[in-house]
Amino acid sequence: MKKTIFSTSRYRQFKSKLFFYAVCTFCGITMIPLFLILWELVKKGYKQFNLSLFTEVSPSSMDAMLAKISDEAIPGGILNGLTGTLLILLLAMIIAIPVGILTGIYLAENQKKTFTKLIRSLSDLLQGIPSIVIGIIVYVWVVKPMHSYSALAGSIALAIMMLPMIIRSTEESIKMLPTSLKEAGLALGGSYTSVVLQILVPSAFGGLFTGSLLAVSRVMGETAPLLVTVLGASTVNWHITEPTSAISLLIWEFYNDPNLAPLVWSSSLLLLLVVLGINIFAKSIAKKWKIQ
Amino acid sequence: MKDKIFKSILFIASCLILVLTAGVIYALVTQSISAFSAFGLFNFISSTNWDSVNNDFGALPFITGTLITALLALFFCIPFSLSIALFNGEYFKQTKIATIVSSIVDLLAGIPSIVFGLWGFYVLRPILIDMGVSAQGFGVLLASIVLAIMIIPYASSLSTEFISMVPNELKEAAYSLGATKMEVIKTVSLPVSLSGIFAAYILALGRALGETMAVTMLIGNTNNIPTHISDTGNTMASIIANQFGEADGLKLSSLMAIGLLLFLITATINFIAKYILKLVNK
Repeated sequence: MKKTIFSTSRYRQFKSKLFFYAVCTFCGITMIPLFLILWELVKKGYKQFNLSLFTEVSPSSMDAMLAKISDEAIPGGILNGLTGTLLILLLAMIIAIPVGILTGIYLAENQKKTFTKLIRSLSDLLQGIPSIVIGIIVYVWVVKPMHSYSALAGSIALAIMMLPMIIRSTEESIKMLPTSLKEAGLALGGSYTSVVLQILVPSAFGGLFTGSLLAVSRVMGETAPLLVTVLGASTVNWHITEPTSAISLLIWEFYNDPNLAPLVWSSSLLLLLVVLGINIFAKSIAKKWKIQ
Repeated sequence: MKDKIFKSILFIASCLILVLTAGVIYALVTQSISAFSAFGLFNFISSTNWDSVNNDFGALPFITGTLITALLALFFCIPFSLSIALFNGEYFKQTKIATIVSSIVDLLAGIPSIVFGLWGFYVLRPILIDMGVSAQGFGVLLASIVLAIMIIPYASSLSTEFISMVPNELKEAAYSLGATKMEVIKTVSLPVSLSGIFAAYILALGRALGETMAVTMLIGNTNNIPTHISDTGNTMASIIANQFGEADGLKLSSLMAIGLLLFLITATINFIAKYILKLVNK
């Protein structure tokens, strides 16, 4: 073979090095957006990030405009959004966690059945549905028959989004338990129910807990499905059958109203900190309890 | 007796998933029937009209808008997510720095869509205006850049898994023949894990297709077919988010029909990805 400069070992090593640096560069660039986003939110949001953010409801566009004209900080906070998000998330957890865990146990316990495979694929299918489509489906199911937007409708939408994640994490963490654990329970004369509830579930608790927590953090910032199900409200509302606000909905409102725009940063900062906080917390638990 | 009750509770919970899925499809189909019967299925898909005054609706601009933004986002995300996969799965496999990189990428996946939208609007849009892409900055390009950042975590985590699963013997055989690191990656690691990586990108595409808030805030929301990357447009998800609140009658049904189409597209994409993964795992 004719030896050219392109086939020398030196050139090939050089090319390999170059490729390595390119990989590192691209990898480094990908790390940047997270910090840029955090920096942008902190830079613009810290001024409004005060006590009134947590204790006052969102201001009307008029109040904000008057404050802007007289060069004062915009009054008000996102109390109505905080309580709304709390209410919707709590309801969604009450709906999704029991069903998700029970289904996960069923799938882990009946791995060979055709029905199990069907349910598993359907759960995958549900996970793939875009959030806005889930929103309009719940609109048809709940909002339309009740003739009113409601916190309940929003929580059903979020529960549907949480379900597949909870099912998957439950199934995986129960599957990972050694069979001997279950056999020992049965050999001691434990009934199937008590083996599952007193041995399998407590042993897999870490997995169930982190799975549910991650599911909550995933749906916490969802906006699209809430837009068509809970609508938003300007006051604090604890009734599950009435329109409610949520942090993400308030961000959307602030974004669309130039007078309220300064508030968008502090509320986004709060939302992002809570979501990332839950995320990191859940993952650190997973690491501590050695679960995937 | 107690066991029987408990087992049936587990079974009923699983059946709920079945009912839920059936309910999803039933709701979408029954709600969109009047749009399909008014315009005809083929006409609805191929018509470019979106006219609230004359009640004449078609989905073509939104279908093309969705496909263009999602595919462009996928295209943008490939070099970055592939680099992360090689970094974590090949160069720095099972080291501390790989864990740090993958946790940061994971956190990126946790950022709510609406925050991405805000960032795109206030930070990236001025940059695009300065670069002279378009006067307002809104459009397909802006939306797909932000979408690309959003789907990088999904594409990279699965790709990393497949690249790190490539057997060491294969790589060592190539090294012993005198191959450089890059040549090993090019001729062994990537070809061996190719179908898995392909599936990862298809799953990421599925996410990009259904993304709503960020796209709604950035694409410009005009009902035309984008012909250039600086054009504004609308995606299926963004038209629903924008117009659902004030819609009724035939328009509501048309939006539902778009929802049904979006559901079918994402379901097909996800099914293809899962099918490839199944083949890979065999």
